[in-house]
Amino acid sequence: MSGANDSYDPKQVAILAPEALEAALTEAERDFAAAGDLAALAAVRPAHLGDRAPVPSARRELGALPPAARADAGKRVNATRGALERAYAARLAALTEERDARVLIDEAVDVTLPVARRLPGARHPLSVVAEDMVDVFLAMGYEVAEGPEVEGEWFCFDALNIGADHPSRSLMDTFFVDPPDSGVVLRPHTSSVQARAMLTRTPPMYVVAPGRTFRTDELDATHTPVFSQIEGLAIDHGLTMGHLRGTLDHLARAMFGPEARTRWRPHYFAFTEPSAEFDVWFPEHRDGPQWVEWGGCGVVNPRVLRACGVDTDTFTGFAFGMGIERTLQFRHGVRDMRDMVEGDVRFARGLGVGT
Amino acid sequence: MRIPLSWLAEYVDLPTDEVAVVEQALIGLGVEVEDIHRLDAGMSGPIVLGRVAHIEELSQFKKPIRYCRVDIGGEDLQGIVCGAMNFAVDDLVVVALPGSELPGGFAISARTTYDHVSDGMICSARELGLGEDHAGIMVLPADPDARPGTDARLALGLTDPVLELSLTPDRGDLLSVRGLARELGLGLGVASTDPAAVDQPAWDGAVGHEVRVADPAGCPRFTGLVLTGLDPEAPSPAWLTRRLTQAGIRSVSLPVDVTNFVMVELGQPMHAFDLDTVHGPIVVRRAEAGERLTTLDGVDRALVGGRDLLITDDSGPIGLAAVMGGLGTEISATTHRVFLEAAHWDPATVSRTARGHGLFSEAAQRFERFVDPALTVPAIARAAALLVEYAGAEVDGGLVDLDERPPRPEVRIDAGLPARISGVDYPASTVRSVLESLGARVVEGEGAELVITPPSWRADLSEPHDVVEEVVRLTGYEAVPSVLPTAPAGRGLTAAQRHRRSIARTLADLGYVESPAYPFVGDADFDALGLVESDPRRNTQRLANPISDAEPLLRTTMLPGLLKSLRRNLGRGQRDVALFEVGRLAVPRTERTNAPIPGTRAQPSAEDLAAIDAALPAQPWALALVSAGAYEQSGWWGPGRPADWSDLLAALEAAGRAANAQLRARKAAIEPWHPGRCAELVVEVDGVDVVVGHAGELHPGVLAALELPAGACAAELDLDRLPVAPVPEAAAISAFPPVRLDVAVVVATDVPAGEVFDALRAGAGELLEDLRLFDVYTGAQVPDGAKSLAFALDLRAPDRTLTVEEATTARDSALAEAGRRVGARLRS
Repeated sequence: MSGANDSYDPKQVAILAPEALEAALTEAERDFAAAGDLAALAAVRPAHLGDRAPVPSARRELGALPPAARADAGKRVNATRGALERAYAARLAALTEERDARVLIDEAVDVTLPVARRLPGARHPLSVVAEDMVDVFLAMGYEVAEGPEVEGEWFCFDALNIGADHPSRSLMDTFFVDPPDSGVVLRPHTSSVQARAMLTRTPPMYVVAPGRTFRTDELDATHTPVFSQIEGLAIDHGLTMGHLRGTLDHLARAMFGPEARTRWRPHYFAFTEPSAEFDVWFPEHRDGPQWVEWGGCGVVNPRVLRACGVDTDTFTGFAFGMGIERTLQFRHGVRDMRDMVEGDVRFARGLGVGT
Repeated sequence: MRIPLSWLAEYVDLPTDEVAVVEQALIGLGVEVEDIHRLDAGMSGPIVLGRVAHIEELSQFKKPIRYCRVDIGGEDLQGIVCGAMNFAVDDLVVVALPGSELPGGFAISARTTYDHVSDGMICSARELGLGEDHAGIMVLPADPDARPGTDARLALGLTDPVLELSLTPDRGDLLSVRGLARELGLGLGVASTDPAAVDQPAWDGAVGHEVRVADPAGCPRFTGLVLTGLDPEAPSPAWLTRRLTQAGIRSVSLPVDVTNFVMVELGQPMHAFDLDTVHGPIVVRRAEAGERLTTLDGVDRALVGGRDLLITDDSGPIGLAAVMGGLGTEISATTHRVFLEAAHWDPATVSRTARGHGLFSEAAQRFERFVDPALTVPAIARAAALLVEYAGAEVDGGLVDLDERPPRPEVRIDAGLPARISGVDYPASTVRSVLESLGARVVEGEGAELVITPPSWRADLSEPHDVVEEVVRLTGYEAVPSVLPTAPAGRGLTAAQRHRRSIARTLADLGYVESPAYPFVGDADFDALGLVESDPRRNTQRLANPISDAEPLLRTTMLPGLLKSLRRNLGRGQRDVALFEVGRLAVPRTERTNAPIPGTRAQPSAEDLAAIDAALPAQPWALALVSAGAYEQSGWWGPGRPADWSDLLAALEAAGRAANAQLRARKAAIEPWHPGRCAELVVEVDGVDVVVGHAGELHPGVLAALELPAGACAAELDLDRLPVAPVPEAAAISAFPPVRLDVAVVVATDVPAGEVFDALRAGAGELLEDLRLFDVYTGAQVPDGAKSLAFALDLRAPDRTLTVEEATTARDSALAEAGRRVGARLRS
């Protein structure tokens, strides 16, 4: 075609020639493809897409063509330029993606490194067990009753139908505040809270009382002078031993799973009549499923109700209590009572979180 | 108590000889089976009866030695070397032959010793595991029927299972073969016979010895009989010593063995006096002040006037009634005349005396629980018959039986009561038959009432609920249904209970380990903390009977216990330890009083109840924290950071937030803290700052005294003084942009940052949303004795975008207030 108009500058005619445009595009595509990274691509860009590059500058030559040839050449130049820009954009996108992928790999960390700057804390396992049990009772509508740990003898004994001559009421078993006739002891059981609850609340009442208790045992693998119990008391119209069993069975299932249940053995307690000791069927015992001694229970002795101001014609009640240490012991297979009282952080960390 | 199964089987028709069946029946009845012993446990091989045929005394050795030849039933006599001297020819002994093994893995073989071959061993009681008696070998009672060579285990009754039982304190009647046989009959539904159902001989005529009871309340029944012509040499028959051995009782002499046998079989403790040592009439009375008695155990005891019941004669006390006899009237090897005593004693008196003297004899254990008062005569009859048969004794004179028992009250119950209490629908006929089966007399009263006369041996049946328990127990507790009651809706935990939980969880989240300590402390603990004598924390409640004399006081601060746990953990190799405890203190009242004890019978008066409470120490809930070592560990992220005072303050602030309380720190100086690194925590209550606790680094002297590492910290907070926060009102959350202005002020070094904070906050007014201290600087850029504090103020209006002018006005006003209060000026 260039041959058709010999009066024009051959160079200008040459770039507008289809072959020349084709060649420029091919060369650009080759250079873009050869660019291995974004920097190389940026480096070759001016040679093909810069203002002075052949194809962009070809547009400026169009005006020199005769009108008949101008439209035709203009279309050709635009098409070539479009192809050139698409080739560049595609290569740019590909290289950007490559670069991004490489950066994310480079920035990767080892997520298995230790992350805790601080040693973990823990609740004490005895607290956790007590709260677990309290929560079961809260869900049944019980409230948490409290009483002093340093308590009047009357609340610990007389109120519970334990007379002045009872063996447990001696310096051999119970801690007395000095002088021994002070009438004040360290409560030997949480049952004293029963008496306080009855004297301060109006039936019907359903209360549970977890807390610390004290007896003059030396610390060894199976005894501790300071231990903890949880006591329950319900006073209502028409309560029976059946309701007591239902309550203990429910607690057993809530604590130890759907297979758990209780078994009663007749026993004697001054403050309940009839009385029983109860065992729980504990499927998860480390020596295999078995009955485990858990606590004592019974129908509140009418003498206790009367001493604590409850109308025995209208109300009956039941009471029960168990050792928190004992519960912890079999639930977690704790072998030595001393582990529970010495405050070794390894014990609490091992059992105290999320149990 | 130990009871051989074979003894029970004499009086109850056991359906099986399987001891497990009996064990289960006893458990179901409420009798705890602690253990089942076999007295031959640990024995194996040939252990036989032998009769000593010949004794050769060997005197050429350092100690006397005997070479014995023993008839063990074979053709030849067995040659055995023995070091004991307490036996003679013809004595019946136990011989362990070569190839046998004794308890403790003691294997017997033939060996040469003291120049003789010893083909076995003649055994002591201890070697057989039958007691501690090692004074000599065990000489069995003479028994012409005994055949040498028979298995000693069978002959001694060692193969019978022996039940070791633990009885509840209300069932004195079960401390006997009689009571257990009857109870097992009820539990197993089989027949039992009463060993006390013996014929009473006609002991007519003048009483054998004069007796007076001066205290019928303490001794409602006293029965006695005189026997003469006893052969003091007469041995106990083999069956009798076998029974005692099985029951764990040592054979002493025939009269004593007989009284012990009757005690175990019938449950009636007895005493035999050597009547030749008794002067004048026997009088039962209370002790007078100053009286003394040497009891059978050789202890000279000061008797307590008005408390101890005595058996006396003209010479004074000769027995501590119901507990132990006197040494002076003891049966001896020359006793020919005995006075047999069987009485019924007031349980409370016996309990007080036994406890007072620390003398829990077999007799006292039974009498303090209650012994059937109908038993005295059958017991005397049984014992007398045995002494007549085995000691050739004769009854001398008539029976003394002083019986002042008050009539037994009836118990009246509605026949429907057992059903109402238990939830099991018992027909009236069942109630009646159960009560009759246990020995009660039941007649119908008016309407549905049953009038019950309990049997003489059941002191525990005195009220309707006691009777109900028997109905439920004997028909089986397993019949009680399982029914969940519907409690009225509860209110959940109280605010204080919730807060204590939240605090504990918060601290556990912050890395503190809960560590409840014993509440016992001693003066040394206070000394180590550097508390001066007048420190209010040294005003404590003392225990009369502490576990340790070094820690006789109830804690008024939780730090001693928590610091001991800290030391224990450090001592066990932990390096970085942070502990906390939520617990209670015991703070004595200003005026110390004794608490009244208004008794078991009725509801105490309001005054008595108030007086009890007034006698108790205040017992506030407290929180304590201690730390030592690093709070943040070193690791790949860089170096660690030691736990310091600021970590404890931060933990306390977090604990305060968990209880809805805003704690602020103020400078303080109090033991046991470092005076320059101690804060008191205050909380505003009704516009007034109340001190609720302290925190900081421990005083170097305390660290030295307790051997704690440098920098160890502690904190303590009185949780009961934290106010119950009012329900807060929600603030409007402004969506307009904040203006952040930084301001650095210069103040004197000793001005606490907290005061600058307070001043800036007050001065900035309502536009101040947040105030943060982000830098503290001392150095060349500020004058000597001054420091620069850099604050960021976030200012924001609820209803508009603040203008720069408004923001700078607020800042300037904050600066002015800080200048006024603490002399702060803008850092140039």
